[in-house]
Amino acid sequence: MNTVRKLLSGNEAIAQGAYHAGILVATAYPGTPSTEILENLALYKDIYAEWSTNEKVAMEVGLGASYAGVRTLVSMKHVGLNVAADPFMAAATTGIHGGLVVISADDPGIHSSQGEQDNRHFAKLARVPMLEPADSQEAYDFIQVAFDLSEKFDTPVLFRITTRVAHSKSVVELDDERVRQGRTKRFHHNVEKYVMLPTHARIRVPHMHKRMDELTDYAETTPLNQLIEGNDRIGIVSSGVGYEYAREVFSDATFLKLGMTYPLPPKMLQQFAGKVKKLFVVEELDPFLEENIKILGIHVEGKKHLPRFGELNKSAVHHAAVQIGTTSHSSKTSEVRPLKDLPGRPPLLCPGCPHAGAFFILSTIGQRNKILDASGKSKKESKLIITGDIGCYTLATYPPLRAMDTTACMGASIGQAIGLEKAGVSSDIVAVIGDSTFMHSGITGIVDAVYNDAKITVVVLDNGTTAMTGHQDHPGSGISAQGCATNKVSIEGIVRGVGVSDVQVVNAFDVKSVRSAIRSALDNKALSVVVVRGKCAVANKGRKNQRQVDLEKCNDCGVCLMIGCPSIQKKDGKLHIDAMTCMGDECTVCEQLCPKKAIVPSAGKVNR
Amino acid sequence: MNKQDILMVGVGGQGTILASDILGEAALAKGLDVKKTDTLGMAQRGGSVTSHLRIGKKVWSPLISPGEADVLLAFEKLEAARWVNYIKPDGLVIINKLAILPLSISLGTQRYPDDQEIIDSFRQRTSRIHLIDGTKQAGLLGDIRTLNIFMLGFLSHFLSINFDPAIWKQAITKQLPAKILDINIRAFEKGREVASSVSL
Repeated sequence: MNTVRKLLSGNEAIAQGAYHAGILVATAYPGTPSTEILENLALYKDIYAEWSTNEKVAMEVGLGASYAGVRTLVSMKHVGLNVAADPFMAAATTGIHGGLVVISADDPGIHSSQGEQDNRHFAKLARVPMLEPADSQEAYDFIQVAFDLSEKFDTPVLFRITTRVAHSKSVVELDDERVRQGRTKRFHHNVEKYVMLPTHARIRVPHMHKRMDELTDYAETTPLNQLIEGNDRIGIVSSGVGYEYAREVFSDATFLKLGMTYPLPPKMLQQFAGKVKKLFVVEELDPFLEENIKILGIHVEGKKHLPRFGELNKSAVHHAAVQIGTTSHSSKTSEVRPLKDLPGRPPLLCPGCPHAGAFFILSTIGQRNKILDASGKSKKESKLIITGDIGCYTLATYPPLRAMDTTACMGASIGQAIGLEKAGVSSDIVAVIGDSTFMHSGITGIVDAVYNDAKITVVVLDNGTTAMTGHQDHPGSGISAQGCATNKVSIEGIVRGVGVSDVQVVNAFDVKSVRSAIRSALDNKALSVVVVRGKCAVANKGRKNQRQVDLEKCNDCGVCLMIGCPSIQKKDGKLHIDAMTCMGDECTVCEQLCPKKAIVPSAGKVNR
Repeated sequence: MNKQDILMVGVGGQGTILASDILGEAALAKGLDVKKTDTLGMAQRGGSVTSHLRIGKKVWSPLISPGEADVLLAFEKLEAARWVNYIKPDGLVIINKLAILPLSISLGTQRYPDDQEIIDSFRQRTSRIHLIDGTKQAGLLGDIRTLNIFMLGFLSHFLSINFDPAIWKQAITKQLPAKILDINIRAFEKGREVASSVSL
C-alpha cells in the first residue's frame, strides 16, 4: 500500500480514516463543527451514510448497525450528544459488536452554537474510553485505533474533537486504499447483553467497571500517549489543540502528550511528575485533565493560569507561561489597537431569504420592533411573544427585525410557547421553528400542544433544507444523504395527522398571504400552524430582474430597511439595492412592502 | 527557510477561503508544512471571513497570534481595519479598495472609517501598505469574481517563499472548476504583473 500526502481538515481526515478502518455505516445530524464528517463519508458509495432525524436516532441506528457486527461511525456536535445521551449511555452499558465510534465535536468559544460545554465529561459519565486528536494527521490515525479499541474492549469509543481541530487543515500522510477490517456481519442473539432489563443491566455494570480497569492498563502503554523529552524544569501535560499552542510557547519543555484522555494512565503520570520540577496542564475549557490528575494525588497547576472558558490560543498560553515564571515578558513592540468603534458585520438573513417576509410581519405586530430597545429588552410585555429555535432564522433576533424572544435548544420553541401560555401570559404567543429543526425535535412538541390543548400559533419556516450548517438534506427534502431520491415526509401531513385542524400553507414570498395567514392564526384562539414555504436563497439559482429604487417616488420612509436585507443599503442619504446580491424576481419582498411603490425591477423606468 | 504567517480577510462571498486554499495547496506541493484555519461565524452570506494560513518547516498552532502575521491580504477595507494588531512590525499589508457597507451604516447608527484612518492605523506597525483597486482590475478581466485570484497573484510577487509558476498553476487548477479556470489564471498573472510594477 502506498501513502499520499494531502492537506485535509480534521473532519476530512476523520472521514478518510474511518473509511480506511472499514466502516460500513455512518450516521449523523448536521451540526457545526461536525457536519463535514458525514458529508465526506456520504461520497463513498460502498458504505451506507444517513442524515438521521436527530442525534438520538443517529446513535440508535449506529448501535443497531454495531450489533450486526459492522464498524459504525456516529458524529454530532457537542450539544447533539445531549440529545443522544440516552442511547449513548445505553450503548456504554450493553457494549457493542462491530466497532462503534462516537464523534463529539465541541465548540469552544461558541463560534456557532447555543452554548459551550466540555464533552470530555461524557467519557467519565458513561465509563467509555476517549481519544482526542490534536491535528488532522492524528485525526486520521487515531480514528483507526478507535475502532480497534472499541472491538477489543467491547465499548463505544468517544472521539472528542474541537472546532479548531475539526476545521483546521493540516498535512496528512494517508493510505491510498481501503482494507476491509473488523468482524463478520452477523447478529448474535444475546439477551443478557442486549436487553437491558434490570436483571441484565446489573450483570453489565460490573463489566463496565472491569473494562475501565483494563483500559487503564492499556493507557499506560499505548503509543497514543507520548513522552517528549526536554528540559526537566517544567513538564507539560496536554492534549488536543492545546498541545499545539503549548509546543510553541514551551519549546524546550518535557511533554506528556495524551492522545487518550480517558481513562488516564496513573503510573505514567506519577513517573512523569517525578521527572520534572513543576507540572503544568495546558487544556481548553474545563480542568478535566487537571482534576483527574489531582485525584491521583499528583500536584499540578493549570486553570489557575489559563482561561476556563472560550477558545484557547497561543497568547493565553504565553500569558500563563509568564505567570508561572518559565518565560519572561515578550519583547514585542507596544500593543497596537484597531480603530475604535469599527462597525461590526453581524450575521444576517441572506438577500432573498424566504424567512425575511414572515419575520418582517411578526416584527410589526403590536409594534414589537419599536417597543424593544437596542439591547432587545422592554419595560412592558409586547402584544406578541415569539419563542424561537435553532437555525438561520435565529438571526432574526438582531435589529432591525428583533423578532425572537427565546432560543434554547433544538425544538424548544414549541414547548416554551406552551409553557408561556399555560403560565397565563396575556400576550399572543408564536413559536417559530425551521423545517429541519421541526423534524429533529419539533414533532413531540406539537403532539404535546394538541394533547394539552395549547392556544398557541406555530410558524414552521420551511426552506427545504438544513440551511445554517450548509444545506444538508433532511426527512422533508426527499433526497438522501447520499443524493438519492427517497420518501418525503410532509410537515403539514404530520401536523394534521396528530390532530391540528387549523393548518395553513403559504408562499413565503407572497407577503399578503403570509400576513393574513399569521393574522388569522393569531385570531383563532386555538392551536394553529402556519407553514411558510419558500426556497432557501443560497439554493435558489435563478436570479433575474434585480430590484432598484426609483428615487423620484422614494420618500425615505425606511420601511424597506426594516426587512434587514443586506442588499438594501443607504449610502450618502440615498437608498439603493445592490444588484450583485439582490435575488430579483425570486424574492420581491421589499417591492411588496414599499408603501410608495418605489421599488421596481431593474428593467423598469428609473432615474439615475 | 522563512516561516510565513498569512492572514486573509474578507466578506462572505468574496472567495477568501478559496484564495487561502490555493496558497495552502501550493505550499503543500513544495513539500512544506502547512496549517490553515478559517473562521466564518454563522452567516451563509455577507459576514466577516478570516483565514489563517501558516507555512514553514514545522507549524504547531493553526492560529496566527497578534503581532506575528507577516502578511495581511484583505479583500475589503473594513475587514482589513479589524486586524491591525495582528500584523508584525514591518509586515506587509495589501488591501482591496472596496467598501461593503454593513447594515448599521445603512441604518445610520454607525460610521464607516475613511481610507486615511485605516492607513494611519496600520502605520503604527508598518509602512508597507498597498491599497489597490482589485475590484476594478477584476472587472476589466471580465468578472469581478476573479478578485480573490487577482489579489493572490498580487501577493505572490511579495512572498518570501518562491513558488515555481507550475506550482501556482497546479494549485489553482486543483481548486477551481474547469470552465472558470482560464479567466482566473489570467487574473493571477495580471495580479503578479501589477505587483511587479509597484515599488516598495
